[in-house]
Amino acid sequence: MLEVENLIAGYGGADVLRGIGLEVKPGEIVAVLGANGVGKTTLNRALSGLIKPRAGTIRFLGQEIAGLKASAIVAAGLIHVPEGRRIFPNMSVRDNLVLGSYRRGKPAREANLERMFELFPRLRERMGQAAGTLSGGEQQMLAIGRGLMGEPKLLILDEPSLGLSPLLVEEMFALIARIAGEGLAVLLVEQNVVQSLELAARAYVLENGRIVVEGASSQIAADPALKHAYLGL
Amino acid sequence: MSTSRAFAPALVLLLLAALIPVFVTANTVLNFIVFTLIIALAAQGWNLLGGLCGQFSFGHAAFFGSGAYAAALLQARYGVNAWAAFTAAIAFAALVGWIIGYLSFRSGLRGSYFALVTLAFAEVFRILANASAFTGGAAGTLIKLDIRPENFQFASRAAFVWIALALVGFTLLLTTAITRSRLGAWFAAVRENEDAARALGVDTLAVKLKAITLSAGITGAAGALYVQYYLYLDANIAYGSWISIEALIAPIIGGIGTPLGPIVGAVTLHGLGELTKLFASGIPGIDLVIYGALLVTAIAFAPDGMMGLLKRLGRGQVTPRTTTPKTTAAKTTTPKTEGAA
Repeated sequence: MLEVENLIAGYGGADVLRGIGLEVKPGEIVAVLGANGVGKTTLNRALSGLIKPRAGTIRFLGQEIAGLKASAIVAAGLIHVPEGRRIFPNMSVRDNLVLGSYRRGKPAREANLERMFELFPRLRERMGQAAGTLSGGEQQMLAIGRGLMGEPKLLILDEPSLGLSPLLVEEMFALIARIAGEGLAVLLVEQNVVQSLELAARAYVLENGRIVVEGASSQIAADPALKHAYLGL
Repeated sequence: MSTSRAFAPALVLLLLAALIPVFVTANTVLNFIVFTLIIALAAQGWNLLGGLCGQFSFGHAAFFGSGAYAAALLQARYGVNAWAAFTAAIAFAALVGWIIGYLSFRSGLRGSYFALVTLAFAEVFRILANASAFTGGAAGTLIKLDIRPENFQFASRAAFVWIALALVGFTLLLTTAITRSRLGAWFAAVRENEDAARALGVDTLAVKLKAITLSAGITGAAGALYVQYYLYLDANIAYGSWISIEALIAPIIGGIGTPLGPIVGAVTLHGLGELTKLFASGIPGIDLVIYGALLVTAIAFAPDGMMGLLKRLGRGQVTPRTTTPKTTAAKTTTPKTEGAA
């Protein structure tokens, strides 16, 4: 459903991504792995339209989306949950969620809200609370929930495990598995190699703005030389 | 909160204010009310962009002045009917707002950079209006005195009180309606975290353009009303920084981002100023001292303005303001918990 070819993007005069190709099939969890500064966040921003790619094609559900406005890409069904839990801290939990669903009509919005509260019971308890008062894990759940409120067909998660305790990371990845189990495709962009490889069916390893390794997660996980060379394990 | 409850306090307040001219006929009082309402209206415009959408302008004089000049020049130079000129002035100010917004938001100007650019626009307009023969230069522009209702000129100041009240009231209802609408939610999203809003699919450029266009139209209406009331305009009145400051201080004192805030702020500031002038007329400049002291006190003790203070009083927690979550912080950038890229 997502096919990226020869994607080049960056900031100012510098290219951060130097020819990326990747693919996500319907219902699949795909991981993009790499250390800090290899271009993971830039890749997300280019896919979701927050920056304009310099070259290359991004096809989503058969439609060319490279260079479209971020709002048009969201409308097409590709939703990006940015890293660092960019929630709206002074708004209530409920308002944060509702904001993710304003493109839908009111009945759909209410139904989505109910679905999110079922998925994240903790958020129901904290419904009226200012989002900035939530714990780190709860904020991450809120950010994901807010993304899901827009009824995505493909969800891009940018480092959902960032800054969470190991126990919470477990919980978070179990949740992602559950969401994907409902038929949603997920592009998981992560530094947490071990857990991501367990969760995703396939993975790409990003280094210096290029894909250096791609394949089934089990294959990558089983190759110690590969893991040592690119993922520092 | 139900819809009727959200609008009720505003409507009661407006009705009470509308009764004032029935009982008070002193020109100084009515003069004060009209002037304060004009400031309140200009401030309501600022509040829509700065308070609801989080884009702090330091140059709302650009819109106030454009509205005022459009209303004055259409009448003085082209003999356009005053009511038509008034309507056209609002549209013109809104257009100026859209253009300034398009130029600055498209280039991604935010925060202090946006504030500085608006200040620069207002200053350029002031210098141009002061130099150009078309606007009457430094001598200014007069609207011919011809007291007839069809000329938007009235023998009684009460009529202006009611017109100003109607405009302020309409803007109050509009602002309240916006805060409860989808557009209001998008304004808040842009204010709270623009990047997150974009990731959610909010077309932030379009949203900000809507905010600045509405905002400029409202502040332009204040300018047009000003010139219709005083019948005289020069560049320093129209585009001077005094009105930019008035327009932003009233919401800050009153309660930024709240529909009633700009009105409460304008009434508080100018009410206190007038009262001190009245009771301490022997000490020249004392009203300015009070004004300054009030500003400092308000920012130190009521960072959410009078509306925030009232809310806290209502909840019975006055002193420990650190425990009160700020509901309308307008300069919020990103949550503290955010990780590094």
